[in-house]
Amino acid sequence: MMWYKFFAESMESTMRKLLSLMLLACLVSLGACSHKPPKDTGTAAAATQVPATGAQTNGAAGNSALGAGAGAVTGTDDVAGPQEGILAQRNIYFAFDSSELSPEGTTLIAAHAHYLIGHSNLHVRLEGNTDERGSREYNIGLGERRAQAVRRAMLLQGVAETQLSTVSYGAERPAVEGHDEAAWSKNRRVTINYVQ
Amino acid sequence: MMNSDLRRCSAWCAALLCVLTVPQRTWAQLKIEITSGVTDPIPVAVVPFASSGGADNGVDVAQIIQNDLAGSGRFKTMARSAMTATPSRAQDVQIASWKAAGNDYVVVGRVTPLAAGQVAVDFELLNVLTGQQLANPRFTGTPAALRDAAHRCSDVIYEKVLGIRGAFATRIAYVSVDGAPPAQRYQLVVADADGANARVILESHQPVMSPAWSPDGQWLAYVSFENKRASIYVQQVSSGERRLVSGRVGINGAPAWSPDGRKLLVTLGGSAGTPNLYILDLSTQQLTRLTEGPSIDTEGAWSPDGQSVYFTSDRSGGPQIYRQGIQPGAKPQRLTFGSSYNARPRLSPDGTQLVMVTQDGANYRIAVQDLASGTVRILSHGRLDASPSFAPNGAMIIYAGIEGGHSVLQRVSVDGQTSQRLRADSADVREPVWAPFTRPQG
Repeated sequence: MMWYKFFAESMESTMRKLLSLMLLACLVSLGACSHKPPKDTGTAAAATQVPATGAQTNGAAGNSALGAGAGAVTGTDDVAGPQEGILAQRNIYFAFDSSELSPEGTTLIAAHAHYLIGHSNLHVRLEGNTDERGSREYNIGLGERRAQAVRRAMLLQGVAETQLSTVSYGAERPAVEGHDEAAWSKNRRVTINYVQ
Repeated sequence: MMNSDLRRCSAWCAALLCVLTVPQRTWAQLKIEITSGVTDPIPVAVVPFASSGGADNGVDVAQIIQNDLAGSGRFKTMARSAMTATPSRAQDVQIASWKAAGNDYVVVGRVTPLAAGQVAVDFELLNVLTGQQLANPRFTGTPAALRDAAHRCSDVIYEKVLGIRGAFATRIAYVSVDGAPPAQRYQLVVADADGANARVILESHQPVMSPAWSPDGQWLAYVSFENKRASIYVQQVSSGERRLVSGRVGINGAPAWSPDGRKLLVTLGGSAGTPNLYILDLSTQQLTRLTEGPSIDTEGAWSPDGQSVYFTSDRSGGPQIYRQGIQPGAKPQRLTFGSSYNARPRLSPDGTQLVMVTQDGANYRIAVQDLASGTVRILSHGRLDASPSFAPNGAMIIYAGIEGGHSVLQRVSVDGQTSQRLRADSADVREPVWAPFTRPQG
């Protein structure tokens, strides 16, 4: 872990400047709303959302966006990310109604954390998911708790806060169709999604 | 009242807004099948209505009424093939022969043209046993409104015979999902209560969830992930006009309109990812926090008087239902104890019962809890039942369940005696919400 920190700190200054610019651009594009606690946000948060909302909604309403198929699902900000060895694995699995990390999950998180420390220009979106059982909005809360558990583990490993974001899809985006434990066990997951 | 608030809100928040008009078309048409009815349904004959000069525009009003009554599980309707006469006026009805055929009631009626392209639907409800005429209201409108007029006839018949206000001339909203992961298509659909006239009002490749009707039945609040994160929108059903009302960091979920239509109860997660309940004032955008702490607090519902809220919280370890006043400093009170999983409360229109999802062995089922006595009754029999919503007359509950590998909508009466399935052509249909009454009674 320390080795990666040392590596990050000893990067060439040009690289650091480039990263600062990228980070700045990222923050600007995300808008102030993305990092405010709920109480501070009101119309400003809504307003910054608008251009994107308008564009996407109009697209979603028309047939063209629907024709885009899987491309529209994964979104334009997703990138392939590392594919070597364990890093090709992106899913951390959970027990029912639990956000406790398994030993396998912890190992996978550590591998991605080390990679992210060495590539501080990269960001990941931690997508929390649940199986279909129970109620949908409670599952949104449970998926978020799982994503936050992975986020905390990555922060403990030394990943920068700015490299991580979370979203919960609850039971809304299953990886596998089906209404039994075989499907459910694959759907209770946090997916590590590399983004621009 | 609410419309003007929302207009003010729109002027106030520069969050502008796209008009989203999905072309009018039908989708995932639902069909009602009775899965269980009362043991002694009331026999009624709905005689085909007369139509002068094609005034009915090809709409079989009597058939719609017959479907409504039979679909409720409380009536047994006489087959048309068994009818030996087709009177369309009360004075032409030979009471004795309808009685001999085993009917308790006969419905006769007619559709007649009026000036300016309008049509009138008149009908008479006759009690065969007493010979008494119970109702003869007239509904007028354009030919396009004939289905609605037919449902209003059904409402009158239901109320006159059973003493309960009918909810046939109402609407539902639901989420329809087709395609396999990860290329799914999500649609928000509004339809008549019988599943007809289905209209897609939002379409997205990202999840759409948690639709909630405004108290005037004109708007839907819902959660859309179209920006790859959860945001809450409100959308006017008739125009498609919509506004983003909460796109804060983290969870924006579980919207529920206050009874006066001015506020939304919402769940916000913030950057720490701990879902808590807030009241969002739609005209001022002001947020009032209701719950604290690291537990999952979500799925809020208002009491009919707007003075307290019901919600799911796992503060005791697993999900249970709590009630809390909205005044500052109010403390939540736990209401459910009988199962390790009780979630997503919704209140009956009179505020005396709550419906929820409860774990029953390995199954998830719909249960009603009487708030005064605490008595719980399990109403459904599926493995994975979810998302219950009361009809505005409080007599029925609509919910989603898995059948044949697909999510289908189901209805069950609050007494558990009658149930029906609303089957869609292909897609998974889920998260049904029954709209409120939009007309005064009578």
